[in-house]
Amino acid sequence: MKKVIELINIKRNFQVGDEVVHALRGISFTICEGEFVTIMGTSGSGKSTLLNQLGCLDTPTSGEYLLDGVPVRRMKRRERAVLRNRKIGFVFQNYNLLPKTTAVENVELPLMYNSSVSARERTQRAIRALERVGLGSRLYHKSNQMSGGQMQRVAIARALVNDPAVILADEATGNLDTRTSFEILVLFQELHAEGRTIIFVTHNPEIAQYSSRNIVLRDGQIKEDKLNPHILSAADALAALPKPTDED
Amino acid sequence: MKTKELKDKKMSIANLFKIALRAIAANKLRSFLTMLGIIIGVASVITMLAIGQGSKRSIQAQISEMGSNMIMVRPGQDKGPGGARQDADEMQTLKLKDYELLKTNAKYLAAISPSVNASGQFVRGNNNTPSTLYGISPDYLTIRQLKLDDGEMFTDEDVRVGAKVCVIGKTVADNLFPNGEDPIGQVVRFTTIPLRVVGVLESKGYNSFGMDQDDLVLAPYTTVMKRVLAVTYLEGINCSAVTEDMTDLAIEDIATLLRESHKLKATDEDNFTIRSQQEMAEMMNTTSDLMTTLLLCVACISLIVGGIGIMNIMYVSVTERTKEIGLRMSVGARGIDILSQFLIEAVMLSVTGGIIGVLFGVGASVAVNALAHWPVFIQPWSVILSFAVCTATGVFFGWYPAKKAAQLDPIEAIRYE
Ligand SMILES: Nc1ncnc2c1ncn2[C@@H]1O[C@H](COP(=O)(O)OP(=O)(O)OP(=O)(O)O)[C@@H](O)[C@H]1O
Ligand SMILES: [Mg+2]
Repeated sequence: MKKVIELINIKRNFQVGDEVVHALRGISFTICEGEFVTIMGTSGSGKSTLLNQLGCLDTPTSGEYLLDGVPVRRMKRRERAVLRNRKIGFVFQNYNLLPKTTAVENVELPLMYNSSVSARERTQRAIRALERVGLGSRLYHKSNQMSGGQMQRVAIARALVNDPAVILADEATGNLDTRTSFEILVLFQELHAEGRTIIFVTHNPEIAQYSSRNIVLRDGQIKEDKLNPHILSAADALAALPKPTDED
Repeated sequence: MKTKELKDKKMSIANLFKIALRAIAANKLRSFLTMLGIIIGVASVITMLAIGQGSKRSIQAQISEMGSNMIMVRPGQDKGPGGARQDADEMQTLKLKDYELLKTNAKYLAAISPSVNASGQFVRGNNNTPSTLYGISPDYLTIRQLKLDDGEMFTDEDVRVGAKVCVIGKTVADNLFPNGEDPIGQVVRFTTIPLRVVGVLESKGYNSFGMDQDDLVLAPYTTVMKRVLAVTYLEGINCSAVTEDMTDLAIEDIATLLRESHKLKATDEDNFTIRSQQEMAEMMNTTSDLMTTLLLCVACISLIVGGIGIMNIMYVSVTERTKEIGLRMSVGARGIDILSQFLIEAVMLSVTGGIIGVLFGVGASVAVNALAHWPVFIQPWSVILSFAVCTATGVFFGWYPAKKAAQLDPIEAIRYE
């Protein structure tokens, strides 16, 4: 299998006043194409810090990170921006859509910064991505006219539109109710089934059951890294949920 | 390879414009408020310049129309604009005999007329109007380049006998004869004195100070001096030199004659003032230039305030849009992309504000002209200048906030609440 992500003894220290905070204390793992990895751990264990490394938003204090075979650590700010633009799709807990902007324009955003994509192709790809996440009928709705679940779908479409090597999600279901969370999870499982590489940071241990691999962090170190032999179907779980009542 | 790079560059600039436009469109009120300062600044620069230039041009036009060879003699020593006038005695130094002396002896003069005037109410039947009565000789028409629309000028004979006749301006005619009757031969009353209208002047419209040049009544100076005012002195003597070149010679000649007639010693100062139309024009131009400069300063200040407004709102909006900037960076916007976006936004806003400001400025100039009768002239360079200034303002004041936005740390920016 092709290695998408290779971390070699990654450390990340923060200087806070006189004190040095060791957020990551030597993390090494390899993620291959098509894996759906959940990253868990208590608050402050370094999950977001790790995701920022993976997403090329931050550089490690030491260690090496290869994304799609490309070493990232010595890259300049500008080069990392381009790398994010071509190889990474982010999904955030609070959606982070542009306010008062249509779904299509939101999804187009990453392609706006890629000058090799024409305006026509950009719109087509945005529409295709929105159709893929089930929002084909809401292309021109503005972000403030949508529900949380819909906004997160738009965000996922935005993460898909540049056909990234890896999709990174930080608490992507953290703001949603159980039912909507499962709907989003179904979407992620479908993307996984299509062969996409997904890294999903979560607090919720239940979600680990729907992924193919689970990494647990503690205090900036890997405490556990296990493949999941029995991946549950989120679609089944969704069907088993009690139907929402109208009186609710 | 080279052409592809070029094409990509073009495309990325087009994309940045699109990004900036979308950001502006997503926040219409904020964008409008940003532009407001520039709109007001540009509009006031254009209006002020239009008023300044308009009055200057109209002064010039008036002078060339009046003839640049006009000479005015006034009593007393005029210390120039703002200089204090002397007491009443000094204002009575010009007598009728001075006029007669100049009329017979002065060289280089083509026409000469004394001038005495009185303001008051003119009455005819139920209609009345306030106006000014000028006591003059028939030469006055030549000197001021006035023409008759109807009737005739009173004659030298009328002057000799102090006939109760007058020639009225268009405004006075309209006010006293509102129903379009023929004023010729009719009698109008000034205080208790009845004056028979013998002629109506051709309309000259408003002058550069917004004064109605048709609001006047002309009568023989003898009539005004004896019957209306009962005075023996003159308010002035107006003449015109034979040609413009002879103006200076004529002035010298008049001064010599008057000093002689007033029995002034060599050490005495003149007790009269002689001014040529050219001098007057220069004086008025200086005044109007000063006014224009002052107005322009005020307008420029408002343009700068407008620019600071842009900077202020851009600066606040960088803070307000921190999350948006973080998001853009996380999906691959480089620092230069963010910088360009904010700069383009600032320039677009200031240019759009500039265009609206130009429209408002032109509109205001036209309105000032129509409502206050001030002459205006919009100079093309003032439009171009204010345009250039507002684009420069956009870049200058947009730069700092844009730079600040570009340097944000994406992780902190996206976490920002
Ligand atoms: N910019 C920073 N400066 C200083 N310390 C930081 C910074 N970012 C993270 N840390 C520290 O690094 C450690 C790991 O933080 P991180 O945000 O990665 O935790 P997390 O696992 O994502 O927690 P949570 O589940 O609450 O989101 C924490 O102790 C935190 O205080
Ligand atoms: Mg976190």
